[in-house]
Amino acid sequence: MTRILTVEDIDDIAIGAGILGTGGGGDPLIGRLLVQKAIRDGLTVTVVHPDEVPDEACVIASAMMGAPTVVVEKLPAGEEALNSLRALETRIGKTADFIIPMEIGGLNSMIPLLAAAQAGIPVVDGDGMGRAFPELQMETFGVYGVPGSPLVVSDANGDHVVVETGDDNVRMESFARAVTIRMGGAAYIAEYPMSGADVKRTAVAGTLGLAQSFGAAVREANQAHSDPIAAIASVVQDSIYGYAHVIATGKVTDVQRQVVDGFSSGTLKIAVFGAEDELVIDFRNENIIARMVDPAGHSEVVGVVPDLICVLDSDSGEAITTESTRYGQRVTVLGISTPEIMRTPEALKVWGPRCFGLDHDWTPLEQLAAPKQAAPAP
Amino acid sequence: MRIGIDVGGTNTDSVLMEGDTVLAGTKAPTTDDISTGIVNSLDGLKAERDFDPGDIEAVMIGTTHFVNAFVEARRLVKVAALRLGLPATASLPPMVDWPQRLVEATGGRSYLAHGGHEFDGREISPLDPDEIKRIAADMRTNGVEAVAVSSVFSPVNDEFEVRAAEILAEELGPAVSISLSSRIGRTGLLGRENAAIANAALSAMAQTVVGGFERSLADYGITAPLFLSQNDGTLMGADYARQYPISTFSSGPTNSMRGAAVLSGLEDCAVVDVGGTTSDIGILVNKFPREANTEVEIGGVRTNFRMPDVYSIGIGGGSLVSAEAAVGPRSVGYRLTTEALVFGGATLTASDIAVAAGMAEMGDPSRVAHLDKDFVTAAVQRIADDVAEGVDRMRTSSDPLPVVAVGGGSILLPDRLPGLGEMVRPDNFAVANAIGAAIAQIGGEIDQVFTVAPGTRDDVVAEAREAAVDRAVEAGADRDTVRIVDFDEVPLPYLPGNATRIRCKAVGDLKGV
Repeated sequence: MTRILTVEDIDDIAIGAGILGTGGGGDPLIGRLLVQKAIRDGLTVTVVHPDEVPDEACVIASAMMGAPTVVVEKLPAGEEALNSLRALETRIGKTADFIIPMEIGGLNSMIPLLAAAQAGIPVVDGDGMGRAFPELQMETFGVYGVPGSPLVVSDANGDHVVVETGDDNVRMESFARAVTIRMGGAAYIAEYPMSGADVKRTAVAGTLGLAQSFGAAVREANQAHSDPIAAIASVVQDSIYGYAHVIATGKVTDVQRQVVDGFSSGTLKIAVFGAEDELVIDFRNENIIARMVDPAGHSEVVGVVPDLICVLDSDSGEAITTESTRYGQRVTVLGISTPEIMRTPEALKVWGPRCFGLDHDWTPLEQLAAPKQAAPAP
Repeated sequence: MRIGIDVGGTNTDSVLMEGDTVLAGTKAPTTDDISTGIVNSLDGLKAERDFDPGDIEAVMIGTTHFVNAFVEARRLVKVAALRLGLPATASLPPMVDWPQRLVEATGGRSYLAHGGHEFDGREISPLDPDEIKRIAADMRTNGVEAVAVSSVFSPVNDEFEVRAAEILAEELGPAVSISLSSRIGRTGLLGRENAAIANAALSAMAQTVVGGFERSLADYGITAPLFLSQNDGTLMGADYARQYPISTFSSGPTNSMRGAAVLSGLEDCAVVDVGGTTSDIGILVNKFPREANTEVEIGGVRTNFRMPDVYSIGIGGGSLVSAEAAVGPRSVGYRLTTEALVFGGATLTASDIAVAAGMAEMGDPSRVAHLDKDFVTAAVQRIADDVAEGVDRMRTSSDPLPVVAVGGGSILLPDRLPGLGEMVRPDNFAVANAIGAAIAQIGGEIDQVFTVAPGTRDDVVAEAREAAVDRAVEAGADRDTVRIVDFDEVPLPYLPGNATRIRCKAVGDLKGV
């Protein structure tokens, strides 16, 4: 089922990708403008499902690496991601038949669409993270044995660096990040060259379509003045993610942030409507753990990474990033469970709670305490 | 004595003030030429309280003229946007996300050239003077009347914008005005560049309008200096206003808030300004409006210059009331006096509810006598709840904060808001905007990246504060009255040498007034 994306589809994907960013991933705005301009200029964004990718096809993952806050100031020259793709093709001696997004959450939902349109090849409906994560080794491709390198990282000058670390994806991440900083803090990568068979085995399938369905559900609910968050939850139920519930509805009462090791870290507090409880969310670029704290100070984990903890505007249903969170916002925190491929022991070794410095094991969202009955906003 | 004038789209309001005391206040219709409206308004003022034009020490004008002209795409000049950042940034040229009608109204011409900086201050590429000269020649050929210059990371380092502007000025002559993005907006290239382009597009109108203000006053025998109110609530001199008309864009809500503060005597409060269609809620801190930290869309153009943080909800005097007692966001707007029930119309509006609830007297109350009491109570409660929620959203903490209600539609509000306590209702709010304009305070600001070596933080902070105070004094403030009203220190991640961006604003009373 091959689809051609329209300018309006891109609007929907941007909204959905914001939700899948779980607080991080960067605002998709600049990426959305880039892809929409490409479509208006006559390029075509074609999407295919992983099942339609031939086993022997060559597939390459594409993304922006670095700080999304740099991208809003130093806009790309335009073909950085394509240049990385071309250089990687030269290095491996194969031509890419398809591009696959590395990360569906936030800005990186858009960069692969641009690269694919410029290369004139289809983009695979799926990705390697199923959400946003902060580092390149945190990809299902690598989790299930695909080496990330050779990786190519490119800047606006047309320069590129090839990173080769064998099958060590952690070192690949570390070297590529060092180069990215010297390239100005944001650069564009091609990585995880793989076969169509690898894609079918390792990708989180259907996430581009999921982002688009989230965006469409939010848009239609807003037009019909119905509940956008219920609409998102119902889309989840029909997807491989399968399960979602509202963790809490309330008001933001406090946000603390600091930059630690290049990550935006901090804590967000939400006074829960219709209860005396407070929801406390820790974030490290993305939201990583949510705890419900009762007035006696007893705290209970109600959501933890890799499950998605999505802070949404209660009225519009759109995502609120950790940078744009502030006192007084009315928010609904939606927990979304991860699909099977993201919760195996191998996967949890790479992005389980302990990989984010949490002294906590992962408990699936659906097994955590039933949510408090969310009362309507006063 | 000083005069505050608010030139709105409909009315030109004037007040005569001595200190914080309002000696006289008057309203006259705004005229197409502006000047006539100002003169009529001053006549009204004089009739209420005679004054000698020679005794006026300063005149402050607040105007929504520039923002209206931009939104309506009226009287804009042919602009060229010059962006320094190649080879980066070429993917999204200037005005890429502008509505077509504004692209056409401004000519939509743009140029990309080399220059720009990385986040850490390294050059993306060197500035090429010959390239700028070639571009200037093309601008001249195409009859460009104003230029907006932007450069990547210019809020961190503005040297390329400044040098490019010098070259352009030499090549194009003084008739072409030049706006620098680093003087106007913050980090976020498209938003900052958009603001600079909007400013440039208004440059000819700024000359005409400010010149018109000066002539009207001179014709009236007033020789006192003229100031215009800025978005942040401080004043700017007439010459500065000619260069930065965009600085007036949000002076309407700002002056209304500051006027409310004077009338209520409060320095820290929330202000609810209820109009015909919306209620605008803002927060005053130290008598100045809190600034928005997000991008603000004006006429469909995303900008990121400093604007007051205003939250609007769709509740006003003309809001439609549904059978389920829901209020707004649709409104009869200015047709209130013909369409509302109490005025003989057929539409149930929020004003009808206020009359039925006994909160206001207007029109014919018998025309709303049939309304069910519980229904009226429910609608009143709905309005109070929505406004209370809006105020609560805008608070930055749960500490108690007084709420001041102004605007013609404030009759809709109860005496107490749920969870917020008693509402302050100043008596004379009809000319709050003009009073807000007449507050004679002038500011200085620095916004700069400092390198903070270990153990020197206190010295750097002191240096920044002193620089802001000096700038306020240069702008005309009395040094003894200058105080720091805003201080913000943000360490920049990824940067060596503890680079810290410090923003500091000092404000004082206008000297000699």
